[in-house]
Amino acid sequence: MAIKQKAKSLKSKGSNLNDTFFQLKILSGKDKAEGKFQAFTERLDELNEFPLVPSDVEIFQLNIGKLCNQTCAHCHVDAGPDRKEENMDKATLEKCLAIIKEVDTIHTVDITGGAPEMNAHFKWFVEECSKLGKKVIDRCNLTIIEANAKYNTLPDFFKENRVHLISSLPYFSEKKTDAQRGDGVFNASIDALKRLNGVGYGMEGSGLILDLVYNPSGAYLPDSQESLQALFKRKLKTKYDISFNNLYAITNLPISRFLDYLLQTNNYEEYMEKLVNAFNPMTIDGLMCRNTLSVSWDGYIYDCDFNQMLDLKVATKKSQHLDDFDIETLKGRKVVLNQHCYGCTAGAGSSCGGEIT
Amino acid sequence: MSEKTYFVKEDLKKFSNISKWQEEMGKKFFDYYGEVFKEGALTQREKALIALAVSHAVQCPYCIDAYTNTCMEKGVEETEMMEAVHVAAAIKSGATLVYGVQMMNHAEKISM
Repeated sequence: MAIKQKAKSLKSKGSNLNDTFFQLKILSGKDKAEGKFQAFTERLDELNEFPLVPSDVEIFQLNIGKLCNQTCAHCHVDAGPDRKEENMDKATLEKCLAIIKEVDTIHTVDITGGAPEMNAHFKWFVEECSKLGKKVIDRCNLTIIEANAKYNTLPDFFKENRVHLISSLPYFSEKKTDAQRGDGVFNASIDALKRLNGVGYGMEGSGLILDLVYNPSGAYLPDSQESLQALFKRKLKTKYDISFNNLYAITNLPISRFLDYLLQTNNYEEYMEKLVNAFNPMTIDGLMCRNTLSVSWDGYIYDCDFNQMLDLKVATKKSQHLDDFDIETLKGRKVVLNQHCYGCTAGAGSSCGGEIT
Repeated sequence: MSEKTYFVKEDLKKFSNISKWQEEMGKKFFDYYGEVFKEGALTQREKALIALAVSHAVQCPYCIDAYTNTCMEKGVEETEMMEAVHVAAAIKSGATLVYGVQMMNHAEKISM
């Protein structure tokens, strides 16, 4: 079923926010200057946690392209069907593969996008990573499985390669899901989940992991992951007979399209205030930037996917690109921080793996 | 500070200031409040829905904003939230209408 996009990419709209410098200017704007929102770095400094340094490099996350069949209203990647140019080529994927093979501490390859499955080299890359014995995560938007016949067999491909699936489903009803992700997304997602359950994903004892990602459909924070998971499990089972493993509750960070939404709806200040007031020091040890490297479609290296979208490359003299990758330099780096980092430290914390504490 | 209205949204953030003029009672109130909303025989989600309904019954704009936020954070569905408000409305309208019996009793007593 075709998805009717509700949003447009910032790029296609010609929005000021397509310029990452403009986004950073807002985040470091008058609220910070006037002391309304304390600088994130100062907050860490008070706790003797600044500069923030990595613990190790365990997860190699690749954003292999901005091309997507959806244009979600909150997307921090500003992905969409119009983003056809920014996709990782095979030569860059081969460089990634060599690093993944060489660096023993990397146990997980986390593939995201856009819709990563739309990259022409996706299947080849997953197979190569699987051969190396690494855990492979695919951040699948679900609807791609239903988008056309060539993607209908993805569940079998995932199963053959024991891919760990992490898929967004912001709510268990059509109205809220479609408001965030586009008309038709909820029903297509349910069809895809049934297809995945059909090959064993999310089913007890199969060993095929299907995790869902919840993020709030608006300017509020997620509740506890445990209670939301129980609610989603009950609703999806009773209404649609769908099973899954874990629910990750993720906070929307105030960047890209979600920042655009906050500004357009006059919710920016109140939302930032919520994030700042909910700062939780207990989240610092588990921040994803401490054990992850994030690589962009064109081979640049970042502390996380959010820094990637703000074009805040790792703060090292060399090793900002795959071409001069040096693991020791990267392990010794200082994580690049800005006001958006309050999104990862609010409440129970937020990461690509959900709650932190 | 707004001089146009008695309701200033920002005042909710200053709620804890009430303890400045009576610390002991303020502390007891906030401790009690925190205890009430903990997970207990009722879930926090159920308590948030009750609080939302009561907020409407007592017509507290601060509470309505606060418990709308809480309900949305807890994944409460919009229909559930509106049904809770209807429960409050039904009790309030019923409480008005039931006095109709008193009116009828009195009217009958003074009528020939």
